[in-house]
Amino acid sequence: MHNNQMTGRVRKAPENFVQGGDVGKVFAEAKAGRRTFIRSAFAAAAAGVTATAARAQNGQNVGEGDPNILELPAHSKGLGQPVAAEGYGKPSKYEANVQRRQSPGLTQTRQASVSFAPLQSLFGIVTPSGLHFERHHQGWWDIDPSKHRLMINGMVKNPKVFTMDEIMRLPAVSRFHFIECGANTGMEWGNVAVPTVQYTHGMISCSEFTGVPLITLLEMAGADLKKGKFILAEGADGSSMTRTIPIELITSGEVIVAYGQNGEMLRPEQGYPLRLVVPGVQGVSWVKYLRRIEVGDMPYAAKDEAVHYIDLMPDGQHRQYTSIQECKSVVTTPSGGQMLLDKGFYNITGLAWSGRGKVKRVDVSVDGGRNWRTARLEGPVMSKCLTRFNIDWVWDGKPAIIQSRAMDETGYVQPTYQQNRAVRGTRSIYHNNSIQSWALREDGEVVNVQLA
Amino acid sequence: MSSSRKAMMKTVALLLSGLCVSGAFAQGSSDGKFTGIGRNATPKEVQAWDIDVRPDFKGLPKGSGSVEKGQDVWEAKCASCHGVFGESNEVFSPLIGGTTKDDIKTGHVARLKDAAFPGRTTFMKVATVSTVWDYINRAMPWNAPKSLSHDEVYAVTAYLLNLADIVPQDFTLSDANMAEVQAKMPNRNGMTFDHAMWPGTEFGKTGKPAKPDTKAVACMKDCAPEPQVRSKLPDHASNNHGNLADQNRTVGAQHGMQTESKPAAAPAAAPAGKSNAAAAPTAILEKNGCVACHGMEQKIVGPGFSEIAKKHAGQTDYLVGKIKNGGSGVWGNIPMPPQPSLSDDDAKAIANWLAGAGGK
Repeated sequence: MHNNQMTGRVRKAPENFVQGGDVGKVFAEAKAGRRTFIRSAFAAAAAGVTATAARAQNGQNVGEGDPNILELPAHSKGLGQPVAAEGYGKPSKYEANVQRRQSPGLTQTRQASVSFAPLQSLFGIVTPSGLHFERHHQGWWDIDPSKHRLMINGMVKNPKVFTMDEIMRLPAVSRFHFIECGANTGMEWGNVAVPTVQYTHGMISCSEFTGVPLITLLEMAGADLKKGKFILAEGADGSSMTRTIPIELITSGEVIVAYGQNGEMLRPEQGYPLRLVVPGVQGVSWVKYLRRIEVGDMPYAAKDEAVHYIDLMPDGQHRQYTSIQECKSVVTTPSGGQMLLDKGFYNITGLAWSGRGKVKRVDVSVDGGRNWRTARLEGPVMSKCLTRFNIDWVWDGKPAIIQSRAMDETGYVQPTYQQNRAVRGTRSIYHNNSIQSWALREDGEVVNVQLA
Repeated sequence: MSSSRKAMMKTVALLLSGLCVSGAFAQGSSDGKFTGIGRNATPKEVQAWDIDVRPDFKGLPKGSGSVEKGQDVWEAKCASCHGVFGESNEVFSPLIGGTTKDDIKTGHVARLKDAAFPGRTTFMKVATVSTVWDYINRAMPWNAPKSLSHDEVYAVTAYLLNLADIVPQDFTLSDANMAEVQAKMPNRNGMTFDHAMWPGTEFGKTGKPAKPDTKAVACMKDCAPEPQVRSKLPDHASNNHGNLADQNRTVGAQHGMQTESKPAAAPAAAPAGKSNAAAAPTAILEKNGCVACHGMEQKIVGPGFSEIAKKHAGQTDYLVGKIKNGGSGVWGNIPMPPQPSLSDDDAKAIANWLAGAGGK
């Protein structure tokens, strides 16, 4: 489309639909970019022209020229802020809508709750640390790192104690990994329950984590890595969260005792000053405020692995120690609760990941899964890490159902809801990796749906 | 580093480690590779932190507690969140209910197969008593974790086991008989490791990971039937999560949907409508979990703050005592637990606010 006028696609509003002095108000609101105000003004005049009205000031049909170009703004004619006005910077005030949020009614108390990352507003694969989803069992703490200790005990020659100073002296590794709560998308096992991708999939985040491979510390303590088949990781907070982790992930060097996140120290909400990083495994195993590692010869059946993060199968048996986050993807643009500005070109984009390794391929459908096209994977593509995908699309203004389907390097293909339910029924809570559907309506609004 | 110097360093490291092995605070690692980093833990340190209890009861300290004593502890410290009979769904999911005498015989909870049975309680799921004991010991009461004595943990565990009909009313649970009780847990046979979602091979007999439970195929053309929507949010629920327009970036390929026609309601007015009432100490109430049990206006588990304010206007000292030490009988049979972690200043701030004393 070379013509930026595109007037043919903008339906004219009825004549004289705004009277007298209101004209000035409408013009001022339009200048301020208040689409919603204009929508309601137009809606009051005539139903069915709302979206087109909003489009009229979206860089098209500009007349003499755009006042944003013709009239120089204050920031071109004045003195700006000095350096270090904010010692630790903040996002633009115009980004204030991009926030972690609670899902109303999910829990009764905010100390045993979760906040969701705003996936609909993020780019690339890294989640800004301040937007990383939170899950706390007994409230979060800001712990004095000079007093924090890590103990290694159990089947070791010499139980050891480390200070943060000592841990940070050891050779460090930095790796990008996703962390996903086992309950992510869990509200939707039975039916659609929440409106946006923030609430359906926002219990996932991705960061560069820096720390020491746990195997280094275990070797320093002289751990028995043959008889010691499991470790128990324990936190220092009120719940002293404990989880069993297989020794295989430790000996492979994957598990990291991390203090760094995205170039800075961990945030308190993420376990400052020390947390476990267990790539590919659900978030509850990434023990925060990590104070102790015990090596043992049997699993520990800690509360969260014996009572909560278990999956009820239709035969009445619970799957215990389910931990891997299987291959999954979701389209974040466009996604539920959003409204497309106009017909025409869009870059459909989203995130894919697998707890078993690298994402190999992502396909996208705009017709509810009848036909698929393979998306571009944006680099870098890393193991047990978020992968950004995107694909070109021209929306013709007709209803569409947008889906993505990921495949990982083991060949595993992300299943549909029907395929998952056929095995696991509808009473599961955790590990829902089904294909997500977003229905785009003629008016440009996108809603969360599930298909039969 | 030259090889001779390396050898010398090695000798020094060996000498050092030889000198230190007798001391409890030996410095350096056992292999000398990261010299000077980490030290040996003392037995007392290990004892202080090594609190976990495994299903084979490794780690279980000696002690005992009766069902009767457990009931006293329960009513004072646990019932406010979990209900007098562990049945509450007000603050946390129910602990008790849904199991039968027959389940105790089979080790399978029959209702887990019944899709019509509402909810799943802790005792419908938990297979091991060790898990219950361990969690109460490390994390309960919720607002004062690790404050119970070992005997109190035994007693509370015994009380729960009695509520679930696993042990009789006159039972005393101890480290000696816990294994016998574990053999009666209603869902003790209800767990399977036969799945592909454990990230190691420790559970398998073959040493190979199990295969994933779905085998989807990446069809590309004319795949699924014509899509039929079976589930979506009803229109009246579109604003349940707040105005979605405010939860999206205001610039870009798309904006958020306007799901709210009215501007957001003003924050709730201070309770009791007193002209001299101070603003609610919201941060203190949030931080200490008060709002889990008390609504501003309405009862949740305990009475709404406005009801308390109405009943105890002007009684700052009385309120400080009740907030710090807990109590029962004023608002029904669910007691208010003591708040040992609440500072005197914070208790006073809450009491002042409730008493309508305007921060005096």
